[in-house]
Amino acid sequence: MSASTTLPHSTGTAGGSTTRRRRRGPRTWLAALPLLAFTALCFGVPLGAIAFGAVTRTDPVSGATEATGEHLARSLQGPYLGSLIGSVQLSALTALVAGVLGVLIAQAVVTSPSRALRGATLTASGVLANFGGVPLAFAFIATVGISGVVTQLADLTGLGWNLYSFTGLTVVYLYFLTPLMVLVTVPALDGLRPQWREAAQNNGATGWQFWRHVGLPVLAPSLLGGFVLLFGTAFAAHATAAALVGGSVPLVTLKIADALSGNVLTGQENVALALGLDMIVIAGLVMAVYLPLQRRSARWLR
Amino acid sequence: MLSSSARRGAAVLLSAAVLTTLSACGAAPDKAAGSAGGDGKNKTQPAAATSVADFGGLEGLVAAAEKEGELNVIALPADWANYGEIQKAFAAKYPKVKINAENPDASSADEIAAVKSRKGQTRAPDVLDLGIAFARSGAAENLFAPYKVTAWDQIPAAQKDADARWYNDYGGYVSIGCDAARIPNCPQSFADLAKPEYKGKVALNGNPTKSGSAFGGVYAAALANKGSFADIQPGIDFFGRLKKSGNFIPVESTPATVEKGETPISIDWDYLNAGYAEQFKGKGVDWKVAIPTDGVYAQYYSQAINKDAPHPAASRLWMEFLYSTEGQNLWLKGFARPVLLPAMTQAGTVDKEAVTKLPQVQGTPAFPASTELDKAKATLAEKWDKALS
Repeated sequence: MSASTTLPHSTGTAGGSTTRRRRRGPRTWLAALPLLAFTALCFGVPLGAIAFGAVTRTDPVSGATEATGEHLARSLQGPYLGSLIGSVQLSALTALVAGVLGVLIAQAVVTSPSRALRGATLTASGVLANFGGVPLAFAFIATVGISGVVTQLADLTGLGWNLYSFTGLTVVYLYFLTPLMVLVTVPALDGLRPQWREAAQNNGATGWQFWRHVGLPVLAPSLLGGFVLLFGTAFAAHATAAALVGGSVPLVTLKIADALSGNVLTGQENVALALGLDMIVIAGLVMAVYLPLQRRSARWLR
Repeated sequence: MLSSSARRGAAVLLSAAVLTTLSACGAAPDKAAGSAGGDGKNKTQPAAATSVADFGGLEGLVAAAEKEGELNVIALPADWANYGEIQKAFAAKYPKVKINAENPDASSADEIAAVKSRKGQTRAPDVLDLGIAFARSGAAENLFAPYKVTAWDQIPAAQKDADARWYNDYGGYVSIGCDAARIPNCPQSFADLAKPEYKGKVALNGNPTKSGSAFGGVYAAALANKGSFADIQPGIDFFGRLKKSGNFIPVESTPATVEKGETPISIDWDYLNAGYAEQFKGKGVDWKVAIPTDGVYAQYYSQAINKDAPHPAASRLWMEFLYSTEGQNLWLKGFARPVLLPAMTQAGTVDKEAVTKLPQVQGTPAFPASTELDKAKATLAEKWDKALS
């Protein structure tokens, strides 16, 4: 009962915020209605259910539901808070490293005269960007795990390598995040016209100065967008980490899985929902930082 | 001006759309409910039957179950404690009752969620195989039907709910599996695991805040290190030390990692480890199973009948089958210890050959009380991450 009464509120605000954009004339929202309805259903309803579950408690015996802040408070304490921090650290680090690597590879491909290299790189990126989950984890275990082929041949353990650690997980994430970055930046780099570079050179600019004052500002929105995409992908990843590091690298997606579908802890479902809500808030914060920055740098493109 | 009324219009339309869809979703499954009410005239309705006598004996139960014609089971992996053969044997014995097996790899939490979310639907699970904590919490939430199988009196009191809403079925001991082809001296105790020769070799079957067998491993390690059922902390500290020394690897041991040699030492239920030994014979894996001498911990899984089971008679027939000599011996064949093992040993109905294949263990198992278990879990959830990172 109370679930259905909260829902109109959430959808009401969704409808309100979208119609606030008046740029395209007064009546055009009608055309967007199917999209809005779809969005409200597919995002609004689950979001409402998560938010509702996160702030209420249902007594298992009597079935009475009451509002409580306990789940949210617990999700921001102790090991749960640790898992949120761990996830943000891992996602930010991997997105940053994969972002830089991806741009460098994409630039190399774009400026290379070889069309075959470009085709091969883009195809490989398309495949690898979608290679994740347990198969990826097992591929790494078999290659650079403790008894992995490469580990044995090159004595990686003696060199301090350990796949089942924060560092190991970072490397595994880079494996699918870097190709993703290549895919999203190649079109942007293609848009960087050679004439701009020639004009800069004719005016005596060094390569560094060109990138500092022309290249990077123009590319900034795409790069930021790529970073946000990578952050989100890493933040939401679950299966690879679950198969590789279990509980030894605290990640919020693993905690949610423990609470929702475990064989040990009972009655943790609402804390899982609260953690889900925390994740949405963090994703929202990242977007909130990204959007104004993007708007600012997008001016260069007009 | 326009935009404010437009906004209101959009909001109304959207809420209407959402509400329609919601009520449609809620209404659909209702049709299906109640198709299996049973027609007991003088007899008790199947859903209210608390023993086979309510059906007028086993024949009556079989007839009622065959009339329903179906049984929904969930979370029964074919390679776990011989569940594959158990389902086949049931199907062969009662060919008119069709088994619908759903999501074999589901967890206890998934099972409880399925019971709650599909209440009143024909596809709700009839019978549940649960971890003890979920059996207890499910009974507290009034999700299970009380039913005493014929062998009820032979189940030890510590292993059943006094109201017969759940009772233990099969279980085993925490054991140390070890690939003798890769490890020269297999460890026999938790104390052994800390030796430098096992660096990068020791794994658990998953994360103990999620996996029941990994939790059992930490509990057993606690008992081996001056802990108790009420105090699991020494077990957590033990794995913390193993992690620091590099002996512990956090990768979840699975048949794949065992075969590959990535988890050459795996702490797991003895029936799973014994199963691996069988499975990997002749594949370059010489899997040895030892019950650690210093930390003996046994745990049993429990059976329960969904209170709103769509096939109440078939679910009761399944329970009778599981707790029959035939069913119990099938578990034994899968290296699990059935709950009636002591009674059957006494009566001489036990499959003696299967018993000799079980890993040897001294003494009788002890079980933590509900409050001790809850406390141990709370401690584990709080401290595990920190000790391991």
